[in-house]
Amino acid sequence: MVELSVKNLQVFRGERHLFRGLALAVPAQRCLQITGANGAGKTTLLRVLAGLLEPESLELRWRERAISPRDAGYHGELAYYGHDAALKADLTGLENIRFAAGLRSRLGPAALAAAIARVGAQKFADRLVRTLSAGQKRRIALANLLLSGSSLWLLDEPATNLDAAGQALIGELIGEQLARGGTVIAATHQDLGLAATARIALELGSSA
Amino acid sequence: MNSAANSAHFVRTGALAAALKILQRDLRLAVRRPGQWLQPLVFFAVVTLLFPLGYTPELDKLRAIAPGVLWVGALLASMLALDSLFREDAADGTLEQFLICGQPLVGLVAAKTLAHWLLTGLPLTLIAPLLGVALGVPVAAMPGILSSLALGSVTLSLIGAIGAGLTLGVRRGGVLLSMLTLPLAVPVLVFGARATELAIAGESLTGVLYLLAALAVLGATLAPLAAAAAVRIGVE
Repeated sequence: MVELSVKNLQVFRGERHLFRGLALAVPAQRCLQITGANGAGKTTLLRVLAGLLEPESLELRWRERAISPRDAGYHGELAYYGHDAALKADLTGLENIRFAAGLRSRLGPAALAAAIARVGAQKFADRLVRTLSAGQKRRIALANLLLSGSSLWLLDEPATNLDAAGQALIGELIGEQLARGGTVIAATHQDLGLAATARIALELGSSA
Repeated sequence: MNSAANSAHFVRTGALAAALKILQRDLRLAVRRPGQWLQPLVFFAVVTLLFPLGYTPELDKLRAIAPGVLWVGALLASMLALDSLFREDAADGTLEQFLICGQPLVGLVAAKTLAHWLLTGLPLTLIAPLLGVALGVPVAAMPGILSSLALGSVTLSLIGAIGAGLTLGVRRGGVLLSMLTLPLAVPVLVFGARATELAIAGESLTGVLYLLAALAVLGATLAPLAAAAAVRIGVE
């Protein structure tokens, strides 16, 4: 079953006609991996799908239903993990996680602790975010992603700033998300270590 | 189908609970970083106390200009903190997450505006009587000054939220923000200063307070909607 499908996507960025009728379809339990040169529109595509950027035209279908990318129900199902970690420097990692997760759903401390352990942030979760390294901040942001409970993950360069173990972790987390029945769209050039059947490739700038 | 099971054990937060979370977070951040809300307060105090030094130390003359000084000072001080209302959340990506967390943006924007009022409007209101003493304002006028500033500052925060949302896309929006917001704040300034004048003269200010309350209610019903729309455009 196709979870998310896009038809006739037209986007202008300034004077550039970036997408001319781009179409794509992502079935459940698949990861669409977007590659392309810098400026090919990877971030733009993800932001359009998250409803953060208004396209010139877009026919979006989520679970066989035509919706607007700003549909509140659709937003409840998606998580966007972008360049900015969306963390407050003057709160601790745990406070940030509690806030971000609490905005979406009611979770107990056990669920938070499990997510923190999964992303390997136990040692620094109680420190102020301003004292954390860029990679540690990414791990806190990954805990937020896990706790969003979203079916659709939109990941923009998820491996940035992460060490080798962290990059492997991204692949594992995506694998687990697919196994839960979720869907992932990731803009990354990194090998995610997914089975060939689980991965769909999209190279921007060549066909579109 | 199977993806529904994924989110089955996630109980969604209600819109009001989400707004309260934002309020709680902003207040906690203010406790960690007191400079942000102390600055407008100190600015207000310094500007007001410059008048006895720069104009005249005679209390009779100061009393005549006290309403204008207090209100213009409070207006400019509340403007100081306005630029950071949405800008900090926009800079670190939090605002994007607000847009796509599935909660109504109006509620989240209203919560941020309320936090802004609690951290600027309310403290400004509370120190105004103290500063009034330096301008020769009689103690009997204090309740009137407190109530008119409390009502007026709510409206100022609400109008300011629209301006702060609209100038999100501008890199240095400070001056533009003032130019957008100050004309809209004129009715509050006119009625507020009049209320203070009546309070100092010892006359009844009920009528003016009603007008200030009406402006606050009008702002509370319409401004969050406008600010939410402005924030949505600003984030793009």
